[in-house]
Amino acid sequence: MGLEYVKISPGFEKYMPRDYVDLVQFGQFGKQIDVMQMGQFKELVEEHPMCAGCYMAYFIRVFYAALPNPEDTIVLGTAGCARLALSQAAVPFIYGNYGDTNAVASGLKRALSIRFPDKVKDVVVMAGDGGLMDIGFGMTMHSWFRREKFTTIMVDNEVYGNTGGQESGMSPKGIQLKMAPTGKKFDKINAVELAQVAGCVYVAKISPTNPKRIAKTIKRAILAAREFGPTFIHAYTSCNIEYSIPTREVLADARNREKQDFKFYEWMTDEVKEYLEEIERKEKEKAKEEVGQ
Amino acid sequence: MPEQKVVEPEELLLKAPREKKFITGSQAFAEAVKRANVDIAIAYPITPQSETMHLVGDLYAQGYVKDYYRAEEEYGTMSAIAGAVRGGARAFSATSGPGLLRGLEAIVSWPGHRIPVVLGVMTRVVNAPLSIQPDNVEIAYLLHSGLVVLHAENQQDVFDFTLAGFPISEKVDVYLPVVVATEGFFVTHAKGYVELPPEDMKLPPRDPYKAPVPPTDCEIPPARIQRDAPVQKSNFMSYLIHAVWQQEVWSANRRAMKWIYHYLGGPIEVVNPDAEVFIVASGCAAAQGREAQRYAELEGLPVGLIKVKALRPFPEKEIREALKNAKAVIVPEHNIVGWLAKEVKAAIPNGGIVVDGPRVYGGMTLPVELIMDEVYKALGIKKEKTLA
Repeated sequence: MGLEYVKISPGFEKYMPRDYVDLVQFGQFGKQIDVMQMGQFKELVEEHPMCAGCYMAYFIRVFYAALPNPEDTIVLGTAGCARLALSQAAVPFIYGNYGDTNAVASGLKRALSIRFPDKVKDVVVMAGDGGLMDIGFGMTMHSWFRREKFTTIMVDNEVYGNTGGQESGMSPKGIQLKMAPTGKKFDKINAVELAQVAGCVYVAKISPTNPKRIAKTIKRAILAAREFGPTFIHAYTSCNIEYSIPTREVLADARNREKQDFKFYEWMTDEVKEYLEEIERKEKEKAKEEVGQ
Repeated sequence: MPEQKVVEPEELLLKAPREKKFITGSQAFAEAVKRANVDIAIAYPITPQSETMHLVGDLYAQGYVKDYYRAEEEYGTMSAIAGAVRGGARAFSATSGPGLLRGLEAIVSWPGHRIPVVLGVMTRVVNAPLSIQPDNVEIAYLLHSGLVVLHAENQQDVFDFTLAGFPISEKVDVYLPVVVATEGFFVTHAKGYVELPPEDMKLPPRDPYKAPVPPTDCEIPPARIQRDAPVQKSNFMSYLIHAVWQQEVWSANRRAMKWIYHYLGGPIEVVNPDAEVFIVASGCAAAQGREAQRYAELEGLPVGLIKVKALRPFPEKEIREALKNAKAVIVPEHNIVGWLAKEVKAAIPNGGIVVDGPRVYGGMTLPVELIMDEVYKALGIKKEKTLA
């Protein structure tokens, strides 16, 4: 059905909430949006209760703008900061129990494949470092081992932001946080390498400093998951509250981390590479034709 | 696999001719799944449940079930079931004792998420010291979470309750998970006679749009469904939303009663309704209670049996009516806490006539003699105990 379900029945436009009408008329359903146009169309997420200056909120905004198929996408989240914005978006959202995103997504994706074998239904997990690498670790890994065809995006703020700033498996070694009163005792978990060995077909690590690059990475991850298997993006999305980053410096912090341990990294299998290059070549040709006309 | 024709649940459960087979409880679960038109079954091994899910795996290999996999652990299993059902599929799983507790957080969130699914629970010891034997203390928490809970006495019940569980759980006015509990080993690994309808019939597929909470499949308006759904609101409102929603869940649970009457002939079975002393029991204890009632009848004693088939919704009205002239009520159980005795006591105005026990636990069998001792005590009959 996809696009059909977001349409408003004729005659009902004036009774629908204004923001819903705007979403259908000026939103991105059924269109391919360039993220550089953000601010010029009705976005899938607008209101959210995340902290002022939260870089995760920015990343989530770009994520929604980058969806290749928003009218047929379901997003899953878990307890934590990200779900505060995810649950406010105009894309169906599932919030399960603590850390169970990748198990729920496994069942959901399989059910959708059974019920709609000829349709594209994208399933995307977006959860924090605690949800994916601590409490939900086993479920994250096993969804990859089983080669489930959905995308996992880890928004890594290196802390349990939502429960009040506890150390997570992704916090840097030595850092003093709540529940690590004398400093964290071990290194950040290497999630990207784990994803590679666990069977992901596309893996990226990114510090979200460049919206075009974020969008390309997200799109690639979703397209590859549709055809080949699990895909993973590890995104640095700082917690300006727990790490005391002044709002005006969050981008500078992201750039700084990009130089250090969040250098852009992208890996994919040969077949994924071939597949994505073919899609992107066709898109370029189409764009050229449109410019020519 | 034979070609299966879709028939209405009434046809399959109530009218179709039945053939008698001598099978185990695990096989009875699988025979029900075979006819239930299940889309996906997700399994994680634990004794004594594993055999059931092996057999369901065979059904997948034969084409009766569309998808099947061995999950990472019970929490992952029960969460994936929630995902599959929210995606519109019909799903089945089963677990046991410690596995049930491991998956419990996900399981007890099913009613709130309105997940229509059937879960087999083959009861087993949970606390230490370790034992793999049946003990149904694990049912206690399930009773407080909004699930429909049916307790099977034997292999026939396992088949009937499981197959009926799907249409009951998917009724629009219910839309809740159905647990079919039975004692591990005593029922799952023992054979009994089961009357089975033909295997070339199956239930109609699940219609996920006939639902109070629609599936999350991007097929239905409005796009902002989850933003406004009462189950996902922010913490600032959640206390109120939770209270209202849980009340609706429990109302739905009570609404399941009419379907329990429709498909299973009611939540209780009464033997010798004019008796003075009643044995009230569920599951395997009901089988032993039935035997005790038979002994009593041979001895000419006024003893009756109430078998409780549905623990949730609890048949309070039915039990009160059946016990209105009772002088004593004996509640034998396979657990240390006596959850059924407490429920029965609370359901009748003269709760003092309820005898707390006999109880066995840790996998012990429940000797009929223990129940008979309570019967004699209740009737004021002195029995001399002598060494042979």
